[in-house]
Amino acid sequence: MYNFLTGPMVWITFLVVVVGLTYHVVTYIRGLDWRLDRVGYRPNMQFGLKGAARSIFFWLLPWGSHGWRAKPLFTLLFFSFHIGLLFTPIFLEAHNIMLRDSWGIRLPGISTGLADFLSWVVVIGGIFLILRRIAFPEVRILTSAYDYLLIVIAVSPFLTGLIARYNVGDYNFWLIVHIITGHVWLLSLVFTKLNHAVFFFLSRAQLGMDYGIKRGGMKGSQMSW
Amino acid sequence: MPEGTLCNRQPITTDEQLKLTLSDKGGKQYYAEMEQLEVDTDKLWSAIQNTMKSRLKTWLNVCAKCGLCADSCFLYECNGRDPRQVPSAKIHATLGEIVKRKGKVDNAFMRNCMDIAWSWCTCCNRCGQFCPHGIDMGVMFSYLRGLLFSQGFVPWELKIGSGMHRVYKAQMDVTTEDWVDTCEWMADENCEEWPGLEIPVDKEDADIMYTLNAREAKHYPEDIAEAAILFHVAGENWTVPSEGWEQTSLTLFAGDWEGCKQNVLHVYDAIERLRPKRVVGTECGHAHRATVIEGPYWAGREDGQPPRPFLHYVEWLAEMLRTGRIKIDPAKRIKELVTLQDSCNYVRNQGLKNITREIMSYLVEPGYFVEMAPNKEYNYCCGGGGGFNGIGKYRPQRNIALLKKRQQIMDTGAKLVVAPCHNCWDAIRDLEEEYPMGIRWSFLKPLVIKMMIVPDHLKPQDEEGEE
Repeated sequence: MYNFLTGPMVWITFLVVVVGLTYHVVTYIRGLDWRLDRVGYRPNMQFGLKGAARSIFFWLLPWGSHGWRAKPLFTLLFFSFHIGLLFTPIFLEAHNIMLRDSWGIRLPGISTGLADFLSWVVVIGGIFLILRRIAFPEVRILTSAYDYLLIVIAVSPFLTGLIARYNVGDYNFWLIVHIITGHVWLLSLVFTKLNHAVFFFLSRAQLGMDYGIKRGGMKGSQMSW
Repeated sequence: MPEGTLCNRQPITTDEQLKLTLSDKGGKQYYAEMEQLEVDTDKLWSAIQNTMKSRLKTWLNVCAKCGLCADSCFLYECNGRDPRQVPSAKIHATLGEIVKRKGKVDNAFMRNCMDIAWSWCTCCNRCGQFCPHGIDMGVMFSYLRGLLFSQGFVPWELKIGSGMHRVYKAQMDVTTEDWVDTCEWMADENCEEWPGLEIPVDKEDADIMYTLNAREAKHYPEDIAEAAILFHVAGENWTVPSEGWEQTSLTLFAGDWEGCKQNVLHVYDAIERLRPKRVVGTECGHAHRATVIEGPYWAGREDGQPPRPFLHYVEWLAEMLRTGRIKIDPAKRIKELVTLQDSCNYVRNQGLKNITREIMSYLVEPGYFVEMAPNKEYNYCCGGGGGFNGIGKYRPQRNIALLKKRQQIMDTGAKLVVAPCHNCWDAIRDLEEEYPMGIRWSFLKPLVIKMMIVPDHLKPQDEEGEE
C-alpha cells in the first residue's frame, strides 16, 4: 500500500494534475471572446498584458490592492493560510528526502520547526475560515456543505501530517492517511473549486486586461486591479 | 397566455406598438400580462450556451463564496446589511440558478430575477474591485438583464425606452425635424446675447461633432444652448449631426443588445458621414459608456475604438481650460464648499478620475473643494444608476438606494454638488426632494458660463458701443 501510494500513484496524480490544469488554462484562454467580453484583447495586447500583470501582482501582494486593504485582518488570515498551504509541502525536509531518493533532485528544505509552525497556521487558519463562515451572516448565506468540504480537503494533509509527526496513535496508519489526503488534495486542484490555483491567475489576468484596455488603461489611468 | 399584447418577447419596433404600450399608464396591464408570460426555456438555455463562455462561466464557478464583496455594495449597506443583498448571493440566486437548472425556470422565478436585476443592482461594477478572483458582478447582472429582456421580463419603462430608440433613434420621441428645429430655436434665442452664435447642423469636416442626450432636446434645450455658447467662446469649428445625434442608450439599461448596436451605429454613421476630427459627447455617464466604451464592440470594431477620437465632455472642457481657450474669472470662482460626484460609467469604467478634478481646480477657489469618501473609482453609485431612476415599480427601492449618497454628501459639509452625469444629476435632484437637506446640484456647463471671461469681440455690439 505504502509503496503503491508513494510510487505509481504519485505518477498518476502528478500526470492528472498537470494535464488537468493545462486543460483548464488552454480552454479558458480559447474561450475568451472579444465580442462577448467586449475587450479588444488582440489589437491592444500590450495594454492588456500590462493590465493583467498589474492586476495579478497587486493582488498577490498582502495588502497590495485596495480590496485587501479594506479587509486587513481577513487578508492576514488569507495570506498566512495560503503561504502555509503552498510552502510547507514543497519545502518540507521529509518530502525532499523522498524526492531525492527517487529522482535524485531536491529543493531547499525548511527547518522542522518552521514546517510545524506553517502546518499549524494552515490548521488554525482553516478553523478560522470555518468559524468565519458560521459567524458572519454575509458569508453564511453564501456557504454550502461544499465550501466546508473544500476546507477539509485543503487542511487534511496538514492535520494528518502533524498527527504522524508527533507520533500520536499508530504512526503507519496516520502516515497512510496523510498520503491519501495528500493525493486527494492534489487531485482536487483539477476537479474542485481548488482549481482557483490556476483560475485565480486567469480570471485576474482577464479583468486586468479589461481594465488595461477598455476601462482606463489606454487613457493612462492605472487602477489597481 | 403564452405572450401578452404589451408584455411579450418581441422588442417594440413600431410607433403604434410604442404608443399602445405608453398608453398603459404605469404599466398596469403590462405587469398583469407579465404574470402569465411563458418562459421559452429552450431559447433561454440555447442563448446561455451560445453566449456564456470562459469569462462568465469561470466567474460563476470560481466564486469562493468568501463574502468580501458584501461591503462593496451600497445596496447591501443601505438595506440594513440584508445578507440577500450580498452581490455574490444575488447573482447566484438568479443567473447562477438559471444555469444550474439549464434554463428550466418558471414565470415566478423570472419575475423575481427581474426585480433583483433592476432593483438590487445598478451595474455600478464596484464589487468587481473587491473580489480577489476578479469577479465583476455588475457585468454579470448586465448579462442577466440581456437574458431577461429576450424573454420579455423587463420593466415597463425600459421596454418603452428600448422601443423609443428603435422607432425614433432616440430615447424620447424626438424626430429629426424636432431636433433640427430645437437647434435653430436655441441659436435664435441666444444670438442677441451671443452675437454670431450658431448651432451648425451637418457641417462636414468640422473639428468637433457634438452628440448629446435626447432629454436635452426634449426637456432641457438650454443645455444645448450652453454647449453652443461654450463651443462659440472656445472658438471651436463644430457641428451637430441631423441624424445620429442621440448618444444615450436605454437599450443598455434594458439589456436590449441588438438595440444597443443599432443606437451606436447611428452615431458612428454620422461620424463617417460628417468626418469630424473628433467627437465630444455631453455630460452623461451611460451615454459615454454606450457609445465610446462598450459601443465599439457592439458595432463589431475589434480594436475597441470608435471611428474617431471620442471625448467625454469633461475631457474637452479640461482641455479648453488647460489651454486657456476658456478662461475663468478668478473673482467668480466658487467660494463655498463644493463636492464632486464621480460617475461610475466614465470614472470606474474609463478611469476619467483626475480630469474632473483638474476642472474643479480651475472652478473652485483653493480650499473649498471637498472630496466625497470614498471617491474616484471607489465612489458609490449615485443611487439611481443603471436605469433605477426611471422605473416607477422600483421607486421605493430607489429611494432607499439614495441614502448612501445622501450620507456621503452630508459628510462633506458641501451644499453644492457638481454632477457631470445626467443620471447622477437626476438622482441628486431626487435626493433633495425625498430627503431635503438644502443642497444644490449642477452640471459643469452652466457653472463655467457663469464664471468664464467673455472676450470683448464676442460680447453684444451695443454693449460695447456704450462702453
